[in-house]
Formats: sequence, structure tokens, C-alpha cells
Amino acid sequence: MAKSLAHEFFKGFWQEIPPFRLVLGICPMLGVTTKIQFGIGMGIATTFVLVCSNILISMLRNLIPSKVRIACFIIIVATFVTVVELMMQAFTYGLFKQLGVFIPLIVVNCIVLGRAEAFACKNSVIMSTADGLGIGLGYTLSLAAIGSVRELLGAGTLTVWGDPILNLSSIFPGFEPFVFTVQAPGAFMILGLMLCAMNMVGKK
Amino acid sequence: MREMIKMILVLTILCTVSGGLLAYVKVGTKDRIDNQVLQLVKGPAIRSILAGASNDPVADRFTLPDGEQEIEFFVGKFDGQPKTVVFETFGKGYGGDVGLMVAVDVTQNQIYGVEVTTHSETAGLGARAKEDPAFAAQFKGQPLTKPIQVSGDGGSINALSGATITSRAVCDAASEASQIYDRLKPQIEDKLKSLP
Repeated sequence: MAKSLAHEFFKGFWQEIPPFRLVLGICPMLGVTTKIQFGIGMGIATTFVLVCSNILISMLRNLIPSKVRIACFIIIVATFVTVVELMMQAFTYGLFKQLGVFIPLIVVNCIVLGRAEAFACKNSVIMSTADGLGIGLGYTLSLAAIGSVRELLGAGTLTVWGDPILNLSSIFPGFEPFVFTVQAPGAFMILGLMLCAMNMVGKK
Repeated sequence: MREMIKMILVLTILCTVSGGLLAYVKVGTKDRIDNQVLQLVKGPAIRSILAGASNDPVADRFTLPDGEQEIEFFVGKFDGQPKTVVFETFGKGYGGDVGLMVAVDVTQNQIYGVEVTTHSETAGLGARAKEDPAFAAQFKGQPLTKPIQVSGDGGSINALSGATITSRAVCDAASEASQIYDRLKPQIEDKLKSLP
């Protein structure tokens, strides 16, 4: 049972990387990843909520009566989500406008509630912090990965905080963007293809 | 029984702490959020209506109480004369409140220009109220003496096709602005005179 701290942290990056291995948190994954920076922003917001709620739930795990645990988890998660929402409005207003409804929707993100139920309410504070941080960063990386593929194919550029860091049409003159990939059906296709690639690489 | 009391107790304490924390964060970030909205939403709208103004309208602003609420007025000077005031009003749209920045020409008592700020209208239909400059341009020069209405209701504004409710919301917001202006006209003039 007693697994190492490093294991709990690093499992989020490969073994249990949320969207690809657990296929959780797909809604924001499909909704906001039209650009790499939206993916990173969404990932960081989710990570913050995940770490804070994991810490608090694991601290209170012996106090919360098991019959009302889900209600307690929701209160804790919703509080942190609202904090993130206000903070984003105050400091990164543009990003907040772009992510829109997906920020409040972190409350019902399966990853956050899933980690609370499956991990934080059974493990120590330190383990839960490592777990939340690992899963959160894994999620951020996944969102950034799918966002970069979609933005690169769909718009031909990679833009981080307003600075284009890569422009396909300057490397391949005559490049026409596949607008399909930044639309909703394209999101499913890209996710499917990436899942497929992950499974091929990870197959023993 | 003991378990029941514990459940109620834990939930109550959690909710209380959560409410307190949120109120604290809300108060703590209020000024910054207002500032961000001012810079990124209201500011560009005001500057675009008052293109050609000789001052910075966002910097020259004052507030006046209107009943229970406070209204923020932005002053637009042309050739050094404070000729227009801009303020925001709201109308009930299809998907929620439609915010409208209304610039009033105080020398002629008519609308100088309007621009939609915040809305949650349908993309491609109601959202054109913000995107289509021809729609907002119709409000320019509307007198403030009578309510502003779409042509179907007896007014002179051509509604956006497929977006009657949104068009009405914008007209309601403009009419609301003319009522506020009527009520506060003396105070506004006082404030404008006392400007440097």
C-alpha cells in the first residue's frame, strides 16, 4: 500500500495521465484547446483547484462523515473554483474571457472529484499534495499537447501570450490551415488519434 | 442520532467557512476586477465612441448617485470643451443583460453614439448588435426627448433581422440612458463646469 512520494507524483504524467489513460476531464479538453495558451491556462487553473482541494480534503478526511462526503467535497471544490475565477478576473482578464464557462465548470470536472474520492480521502496530506500536483501537471501537459496540435494544424501558428513562437507558413510556403481541427469534430478526431498513439507506444 | 448531528455540524461549518473565504476574496479582488473591466471592456468602447476626443475619457470620470445606485460618467472633451458624457446602461436581452455605453451630447441633448459592451446573445444573430457598426450608428443623433424604439414598435431604429429581442434590449438601454440623463442633468452640468 505504501508507495513512494515520487511514484504518486509521477504517475500523473504517464501511467495515469488524466485525459489519455483515465479518459477523464474530456469536456474542457475538447472545449478550450483551440490554442495552446488556452490549454495551459485551463490546466493551471485546474491544477490549483486540484492541489488545494486535495490538501483540504485529506486534512479533513477523518472529520467528514462518509454519508455526506460528496456534498463536503463539492463545497470545498466549488469554493476553490470560485477563488480561481475571481483571481483570473482580477489578473488575467483576457484569458478569463476566452475560457468563459469552462472555469466554473471545473466544479464538476471528474478529475477533481475523482482524485478527492479515490485518493485524498484515504491518504496523508503530503501524498495527496503530490498526487494533486502530478495529476494536475499531467492534465496541463495533455491540454497543451492537444492545443498545440490543433493550433498548429488549424491556424498554422503557435502563440503563447500573444507572441507567435512558430509559424508554419514561413517554414512551408503555401501552407493552408486545416480549419477543421479547431472545430468541435476536429477535437474528437485529434483526441482519438492521440489516444491511439499513446496506446501504441504504451503497449507492452 | 450522534452521526446525524455530526453530519449537520460538519456541513454547516464547511459552508460557513467557505462563504466567509469567498466574501473575503471577492472584496479583496473587487477593485482590481473593476479596473480590468474598465481597461479592457469599457475603455475600448468609450474610446471608440469618442474617437477624436481631445482628452482621455477614461481618466476624466466622476460618479453620481441615482437612487440607490452609483453611475459612473466618462467625460469626452472636444476642442477642450466637455461636450459629451458617456455612461453604461443595461437592457434585457435574449440571453441576459445587454450592456450599452451611451454617449450623450450635452450641448444638443441628443445621443452622440452608442456601443454594446457586454452581452450573451446568440452568435450570428443578436451578437451582431456589437459587431455590426451600422446598427449602432442608427442611434447617433437620436433626440433624448422621446423613448427610443425599433421601427416595429413605432420608433425609428431598424431592428437587426432575426434579433428583435436584442434590438429592443439595446433600445431599452438607450431609453434608460435618456431617463437617467433627464434626472441627473443639473448635477451633470455642475460636475462638467467644475472640471479643470
